[in-house]
Amino acid sequence: MTATTSSSAATATPSPLADATRDEASLRRFLHGLPGVDQVGVEQRAAGLGTRSIKKAAKLWAIDTAISMVDLTTLEGADTRGKVRALAAKAMRPDPDRPDTPRVAAVCVYPDMAETAVEALRGTGIHVASVATGFPAGRTSREIKLADTKIAVDAGAAEIDMVIDRGAFLEGRYLAVFEEIQAIKAACGDAHLKVILETGELATYDNVRRASWLALLAGGDFIKTSTGKVSPAATLPVTHVMLQAVRDWFVQTGELRGVKPAGGIRTTKDAIKYLVAVHEVAGEQWLTPDLFRFGASSLLNDLLLQRRTQADGHYSGPDYVTVD
Amino acid sequence: MGIFEYAPAPESRDLANLKPQYRPFVNGEFVDGSGEPLKTINPATEEVLAEVGTASVSDVDVAVKAARKAYNGVWAKMPGSERAKYLFRIARLIQERSRELAVLESLDNGKPIKESRDSDVPTAAAHFFYHAGWADKLDYAGYGPNPKPLGVAGQVIPWNFPLLMLAWKIAPALATGNTVVLKPAETTPLTALVFAEICQQAELPPGVVNILPGAGDIGAALVGHGDVNKVAFTGSTEVGKAIQRQIAGTAKKLTLELGGKAANVVFDDAPLDQAVEGIVNGIFFNQGHVCCAGSRLLVQESIAEELLEKLRYRVSTLRLGDPLDKNTDIGAINSAEQLAKIKGLVESGDAEGAERWTSPCPVPERGFFFAPTVFSDVQQSMRIAREEIFGPVLSVLTFRTPDEAVTKANNTPYGLSAGIWTEKGSRILWMANQLRAGVVWANTFNRFDPAAPFGGYQESGFGREGGRTGLEAYLDV
Amino acid sequence: MSDRISVAKTYKLYIGGKFPRSESGRVYPVTDSKGKFLANASHASRKDVRNAVSAARKAFGGWSAATAYNRGQVLYRVAEMLEGRREQFVAEVAASEGIAAKKAQSLVDASIDRWVWYAGWTDKIATVLGAANPVAGPYFSFTVPEPTGVVGVLAPQRSSLLGLVSVLAPVLATGSTAVVVSSADRPLPAITLSEVLATSDLPGGVANILTGRASELGSWLASHGDVNALDPTGAEPAARADLARDAAGTVKRVLTVPDVEPDWTADADIARLRRYLEAKTVWHPLGV
Repeated sequence: MTATTSSSAATATPSPLADATRDEASLRRFLHGLPGVDQVGVEQRAAGLGTRSIKKAAKLWAIDTAISMVDLTTLEGADTRGKVRALAAKAMRPDPDRPDTPRVAAVCVYPDMAETAVEALRGTGIHVASVATGFPAGRTSREIKLADTKIAVDAGAAEIDMVIDRGAFLEGRYLAVFEEIQAIKAACGDAHLKVILETGELATYDNVRRASWLALLAGGDFIKTSTGKVSPAATLPVTHVMLQAVRDWFVQTGELRGVKPAGGIRTTKDAIKYLVAVHEVAGEQWLTPDLFRFGASSLLNDLLLQRRTQADGHYSGPDYVTVD
Repeated sequence: MGIFEYAPAPESRDLANLKPQYRPFVNGEFVDGSGEPLKTINPATEEVLAEVGTASVSDVDVAVKAARKAYNGVWAKMPGSERAKYLFRIARLIQERSRELAVLESLDNGKPIKESRDSDVPTAAAHFFYHAGWADKLDYAGYGPNPKPLGVAGQVIPWNFPLLMLAWKIAPALATGNTVVLKPAETTPLTALVFAEICQQAELPPGVVNILPGAGDIGAALVGHGDVNKVAFTGSTEVGKAIQRQIAGTAKKLTLELGGKAANVVFDDAPLDQAVEGIVNGIFFNQGHVCCAGSRLLVQESIAEELLEKLRYRVSTLRLGDPLDKNTDIGAINSAEQLAKIKGLVESGDAEGAERWTSPCPVPERGFFFAPTVFSDVQQSMRIAREEIFGPVLSVLTFRTPDEAVTKANNTPYGLSAGIWTEKGSRILWMANQLRAGVVWANTFNRFDPAAPFGGYQESGFGREGGRTGLEAYLDV
Repeated sequence: MSDRISVAKTYKLYIGGKFPRSESGRVYPVTDSKGKFLANASHASRKDVRNAVSAARKAFGGWSAATAYNRGQVLYRVAEMLEGRREQFVAEVAASEGIAAKKAQSLVDASIDRWVWYAGWTDKIATVLGAANPVAGPYFSFTVPEPTGVVGVLAPQRSSLLGLVSVLAPVLATGSTAVVVSSADRPLPAITLSEVLATSDLPGGVANILTGRASELGSWLASHGDVNALDPTGAEPAARADLARDAAGTVKRVLTVPDVEPDWTADADIARLRRYLEAKTVWHPLGV
């Protein structure tokens, strides 16, 4: 099976699914016709996968892989250029005493900080991802969302993390949500688009499945769980549903799309559970930063500490990793 | 070899505290049995775990006498609230020694440590916990005021859930005031004998519980003993019928929990991914060695293709191997005998024209293993649709309408369990009403709780275990 | 050799899993039956009642949502902790009630056994009180008992431990949470019981125990808008009608209790369990 990663140009919906997005009624019928998700069942499967015991070489591989999948993030009102530069430095050299440590995938910032990040990371191969579209609430006009995106794209961000209009989604105005994603995707140019569903606000797994399909139909390269500003943020069962969606999408269209859980993933133990979920729900192909990311800030240091513990044979402590 | 190989994660064998020798437990002590000692093996490696003394017919008599003495002298007249406290102690001790019991169970039975640790042992403890609380509340059980126990119970249990089946038998028997003589299965005696140690640690009065390892002849001797008031059997339908014949005409009360060929019915509006999980759990949990296994998948024809594709993908992620490895999903088949039975029936599936698919998972060279297998295009007339395989083999049939699903599901002399997958509530309840099965799972499968009665219709047996209903089997009502 | 000076315990209230003093700062002296000083007990105020009800409400969501099995395990653990402190309770009950050690021993043993009895009800009461209703139509109808919420309990005045256990355990067994006003003159075993509760995996706020006067605090509990049921055992019989009237303002479920404190050593029944449970009936059609 050949796999095509969705590329920069606005992607036409693959033809068997084109009818689904023809109009509001068709889209609604399609989304509401997707199989439901049984809450207890999916939570049990997620919990069951959480009992996988990953040790030794497998654990080291998982830690290094997880590090390479981190989108190191700062999204605070108090962000300054100094803070962003510090974060960029951490991204380039997560553990200065262990130069063999992998680098992270990207640094994720607000649009007005993108320029600083791009400058700091120039030539390193580490991407700059920027949130956009009135992150985190997304409660603003289409014009402003597009302008927000443009700031980031013009500054050189290679990745855009947009938020969907949850209000429109919960009202059932699926076509509006769909068209907005398409419009942002077009504005991204060469940048790749992550679509944040804000699963905590969608509330049900059925909604998460529908929103996932909606984002994939609209051309999102990645579907992302959360802004990290709303609780609950990423959870294993929600990610599970999204991994199932990208797998089902792949089976139907041959296209590979990615998943990014964000917010609330703090420990190596958690990160490894997510990798197991990727492995067993979506499949081996997704175990790459091209198709799976962690949106996190404090996770990185825990990964580094565990990496040291595996290598050194004794438990490490927070003084041995840099704060940023 | 994939890019994410989970390294071996074996639970330590030492935790099982294996002894070279185990002996029968009679009247509060471990005693030599005068039967021929048996060697119990680890089905994953075929190595001998221990030698186990067995009972002879005369030992059965000694044990029943001990149980009778304990019944008359101590147990029947003990207030329920005091009996309760023994059972609470036992429940706590099982919890305390749970890791040891789980590892030992996996060694002796072949089931994955994940299952014995997360399912078998905790549920066994829960059964004692639950029934402890009934001991002094029998007036509220709906059987009239002050219902009395029956006396001495002779209990014979199977090899598929050794400790859990023991709990299902002993907990209600003791809670209601009976004393017991229990024969564990020939291939899985070890956790029962550690349970006997737990009875000692709980300071249970001698003779209240007696454990006699042995083979089918000892089971028959126990069942037929003149001073046994109550017989409880879980095992094959064939042996169940033999027992029913054996005690016909006597005053003995009997409950039977026998085989099944459960239909797992998936409708076109099922929550598909969770249905796949339920199907997998239904037939591959415990290597399919489950009386209530969802061994027949009845899928609505309109979604059969889609479902089977997802199912095959999911099954191919199941990890088969060393039961002590924490990442193993499917362990060993319990014995060479059972493996031969499974293979025989699988061959009949091929011969009768079903379409076989087997998971490409690696299979260990040593030990008794069978890779998960799915037969599609199965018809009711095939042996694999009618006979209990008791292994990791699923038979897939299709249906068109709810009525047809009911007809096909009920088209069997068995009636233990059934599964229903649909998002439509009224259909769940309608189907549950129509299905001739003692346990119906909707949008889930293989859920067990001491508070929920379990048992079958027709040739799956009679009597229930668990809940208020389950107390009846051990009361003179 | 001189006698060793003991370290005397300070008796405080038990609210939200913690041991605060009364917000009023008041205490009152507690003596044994011969008038010898035992300790100063916190003298709870209406604001302590307010805080305790708030803690009980907060804890209700988690406690009622726990499985019945889990509640049974926790309550059994309480019994284990009680058993471990048997000698301490015997001494305290003997001193509080002015009885011989042997009598106190049997009361303490009965208290532990009573607690075990209630622990065993958590996962059975639904079977006994619930039902599948054979309605005349194509419907599946079932009735399940659910915990009522926060229960205000005026503990018996005379029986300092067995009586207390007999009125508190049933509240917890149903999945409801409790605010208890202890015996006024015999409050010390109630706080030692609180220490047991605090070390038993019982989530903070599920049980709250206030030492003080039922005569002062009873009406605050009875009229409180966030208390669902009331056990007026510890109130003077003459005051009970007033309490019932206070409770009527929020349509509280009020337990019927005898005028004279009963013999707590007699077997318990499920009247209290029934009072603290609401029956919920659900219907659903059967059809393809």
